[in-house]
Amino acid sequence: MKRIEPVIFDLSRSGRGATAQHPPAAETAIPAQFRRRRPPVLPEVSELQAVRHYTRLSQLNYSIDTQFYPLGSCTMKYNPRACNSLAMLPEFLGRHPLAPAATGQGMLACLFELQEMLKAVTGMAAVSLTPMAGAQGEFTGVAMIRAFHRAHGDLARNEIIVPDAAHGTNPATASMCGMKIREIASLANGDVDLAALDAALSPATAGIMLTNPSTLGVFERRITEIERKVHAAGGLVYYDGANLNAILGKVRPGDMGFDVIHTNLHKTFSTPHGGGGPGSGAVGVGERLLPFLPVPVVGRDGDRYRWLDERDLPQSIGQLSGFMGNTGVLLRAYVYMRILGAAGMRRVGEFSTLNANYLLQRLREAGFDAAYPERRASHEFIITLRRQTREQGVTAMDFAKRLLDYGYHAPTTYFPLLVPECLLIEPTETETREELDGFVDALVAIQREAEADAAMLKGAPYTLPVRRLDDVRAAKQLDVAWKPAGA
Amino acid sequence: MSKVPAELRYTKSHEWLRALPDGSVEIGITDHAQAALGDLVFVEVPAAGRTLATGDACAVVESVKAASDVYSPLGGEVLAGNEALATQPELVNQDPYGKGWILRLKPSGNAASADLQDATAYAAEVAGD
Amino acid sequence: MPYIPHTDEDIGAMLERIGIRDIDELFDEIPKELRIDSLPGVPAALTEMEVARLMSERAAQDGRPLNFIGAGAYEHHIPAPVWAITTRGEFYSAYTPYQAEASQGTLQVMYEFQSMIASLTAMDVSNASLYDGASALAEACLMAVRAHRRSKSAHILVPVTVNPAWRRVARVITEGQGLVLEELPYCTEQGTTIPQVLERYAGQDITALVIQQPNFFGQLEDADALARWARANGAQVIAVTNPVSLALLTPPGEWGEGGADIACGEAQPFGVPLSSGGPYVGFMATRLEHVRQMPGRIAGRTVDLEGRTGFTLTLQAREQHIRRGKATSNICTNQGLLMTAATIYLSLLGPAGLARVAGACVARTRELVEALTTRCGVRAAFPGPRFHEAVLLLDRPVVPVLESLAAAGIAGGYDLARDFPELGHALLVCATETRTSADIETYARTLHRTLGRAAAAAGVRP
Repeated sequence: MKRIEPVIFDLSRSGRGATAQHPPAAETAIPAQFRRRRPPVLPEVSELQAVRHYTRLSQLNYSIDTQFYPLGSCTMKYNPRACNSLAMLPEFLGRHPLAPAATGQGMLACLFELQEMLKAVTGMAAVSLTPMAGAQGEFTGVAMIRAFHRAHGDLARNEIIVPDAAHGTNPATASMCGMKIREIASLANGDVDLAALDAALSPATAGIMLTNPSTLGVFERRITEIERKVHAAGGLVYYDGANLNAILGKVRPGDMGFDVIHTNLHKTFSTPHGGGGPGSGAVGVGERLLPFLPVPVVGRDGDRYRWLDERDLPQSIGQLSGFMGNTGVLLRAYVYMRILGAAGMRRVGEFSTLNANYLLQRLREAGFDAAYPERRASHEFIITLRRQTREQGVTAMDFAKRLLDYGYHAPTTYFPLLVPECLLIEPTETETREELDGFVDALVAIQREAEADAAMLKGAPYTLPVRRLDDVRAAKQLDVAWKPAGA
Repeated sequence: MSKVPAELRYTKSHEWLRALPDGSVEIGITDHAQAALGDLVFVEVPAAGRTLATGDACAVVESVKAASDVYSPLGGEVLAGNEALATQPELVNQDPYGKGWILRLKPSGNAASADLQDATAYAAEVAGD
Repeated sequence: MPYIPHTDEDIGAMLERIGIRDIDELFDEIPKELRIDSLPGVPAALTEMEVARLMSERAAQDGRPLNFIGAGAYEHHIPAPVWAITTRGEFYSAYTPYQAEASQGTLQVMYEFQSMIASLTAMDVSNASLYDGASALAEACLMAVRAHRRSKSAHILVPVTVNPAWRRVARVITEGQGLVLEELPYCTEQGTTIPQVLERYAGQDITALVIQQPNFFGQLEDADALARWARANGAQVIAVTNPVSLALLTPPGEWGEGGADIACGEAQPFGVPLSSGGPYVGFMATRLEHVRQMPGRIAGRTVDLEGRTGFTLTLQAREQHIRRGKATSNICTNQGLLMTAATIYLSLLGPAGLARVAGACVARTRELVEALTTRCGVRAAFPGPRFHEAVLLLDRPVVPVLESLAAAGIAGGYDLARDFPELGHALLVCATETRTSADIETYARTLHRTLGRAAAAAGVRP
């Protein structure tokens, strides 16, 4: 498929328009001093032109609905269509966020029950649904940890410990909250180095941010020991829910001793990734952090639901979004959880792990190197192409690009940074065995191509709308907004 | 094999330092560092007049895959940043010890007190990377 | 097993291949004492049909009141193609475009969105969106501190006429980095910021001044005078705007002589449903010189190996996955799906259609204010000019009136008592192009009855 679609502005003709969408003209009477002198440059196209243009653009994407999408740490599972259509019932879409709670009892009932279900699956004491993304959930968690120490007069605690395998958001979040970052090493088997942890703990320790299973695709076996050490040092323990899918219904962060967690509803609870958002980063807390939960939270008085705000939670860290968070996303997660039910959620953990371990086993049999061969995979695992880079001169990037030609979205590449030339592969529970087998066949075929003609691989992909793009030019000759010719 | 000119001194964080006849110093990043970063797309240099302490982040070098701070190996006052890098960041890739210099500094204290190594030591360190 | 495709035969074959007896063995690295075997508190599964019934009932319970609330979220007509295309699986179920060659659709939409926002705001560059308008303002404050090299104070002036919820969010998000957000009072007669109050800050190190246009009350600020003061006093200008208004009003890039440094706001009015507050879509644009301090995703146009035009994420070295603790923000993606809706919306409206929408908002709000002030005995708190919101003053507390209107199927406005007690019984109302003259008549009649009945109950003649 070759690129055929111009930028929408290049389709524009002065005086054209999708006029069925234009309301009647009205007298506005805005004084001249406030008026715009030249109209903005926006496309002038017919409705059909717009529909055709964006439909064609959609067809240039790989997506879960069209391709196997084993992007590690992103949980690209099927997004059930029912979740979308039922969250988009007209009454839900039309409701203004500031309308009286009396006109939102149905929506609030869903959100209240979602809070309760999230408490149950995470083992936490309370949940706030307001964070608008995983990164905002992380921010919320660290801000609550900060507020906790402040409330205890413990102003010196300004360090967050982060394992070196952590996602970049963890340190970025800690800095955003004004914390210093102490990075600690991982052992060769993927577990946290407890000696490094001991050395990092101090009276300045505010807390530790952990993902478990970790981004290395393995379960941190000494989690209880870590939790005890950090708590003994006066710090709190934060759970990054990026990989909750792996353990859903099998083990709960609350039982592992975590004080606060964020869940990515767009991963574990299958709300759409939408080309990069919206997400939802609902947070759960243990008793210690309960007073600091961000507002608003759905509360229940008898049989009526209402939003609780700072007047109900005076120690709250406050409000994180213009209104109540991503309600539309929350409704999708609610529908998903109701369709799965308790047994279905346990199966998520089981079958995502089964698929990952099966895929890992098949790839090892086919000659690929597991980064942690002595460990069980969680719902994802890492293979390293260090040997291929040394022997054939092909990189993880080359494998990833060639996979696109075979009709598969590439796994996560070059993350985590600890493992050279890595592919982080997460198949999810919604893929069939045949799909996994096809993916193995593709990687085996690419390995053969690498041995026969490495140069060919370096030019991949060949069959996508574009070949590899010049990123250096994109950054040096910055073109990030269309300008009319001659402007 | 990256170039390590004998007449310069080096930091562990891959900056080089050249003593100029007037007592000021010129600072840049090493050949090894530019190769590791890849094609630079942007370099931010410090403004003249800024005061730096030893170890201050004083410039940023950015490629498409990484962005790194440049740390001043000495304290002092910035005499000039290399303005040419604003439009030609590739000079750092092409000529890291010459046209790709990043800043000139008037050292404030005793220059010898900074933790610097000679070319032989730095070359050995890079070889062991 | 909902959404899990494995047959018994699959399971058996897969376990055998792995070399284990049952699925539980896959979890043998997890300490036994931590494992659970049930999930009390989670109900049993329902079929799609059963959940559909439940959701329809819940939705019906909420009804569809006639809406006259704005206050940061606006009901506009959403053209039918917008969500029909946005929810196509290729947009809906893709992730952020890490593999550019397989994401040209998403990347080109980002580029088009950035182009539209840059043009609307008259700024050089836009990012590909942020979570919402409130968090965009918070990010703009943090960005101003990074971008303003000479200012050391991290001291930002925020007029009280800026959306109060957004002010709260900005405070929560910037607090950890030590920003000082200081409030500027407004004129309670005019409903706008008084440029003269800035004089007391002359000569101080002020990092930035926030200007919201139109402001939270719907009134038009003297943005030119405020921006000029900032420029003359070495402070940056952070513009907050309703992007619909930019079809008619002077864009931030042209405020005063120098224009704003950062423009941000909420693009929800562009085709995104009210949906009880989210998901929405924040936007941010800036001058080219500050682009490396801007948070969030940015798509750029470039060429591929064969010289063909293509799109890719650019300036990624600012972002958390590369820069980690030194990133411009912890944000990982953008608000992709909503950005897509906004881009399609703007393509369908075009410059003429958007100007019509903006004009209709002004006209409908004027009609609403006239109807309520002449027939219901309320008065407008401030004289014009205003965009599509107005503050009305009642002779009694607002909440019971709103409850009574809600019982009659009208979402009658937003009570300002919490954030602006100095205004007395003040109600913020809004009418967009979606409110007809008949709707306004319904509101006026119902409000008249509500106020009259309450007065009668109190023994007062209406």
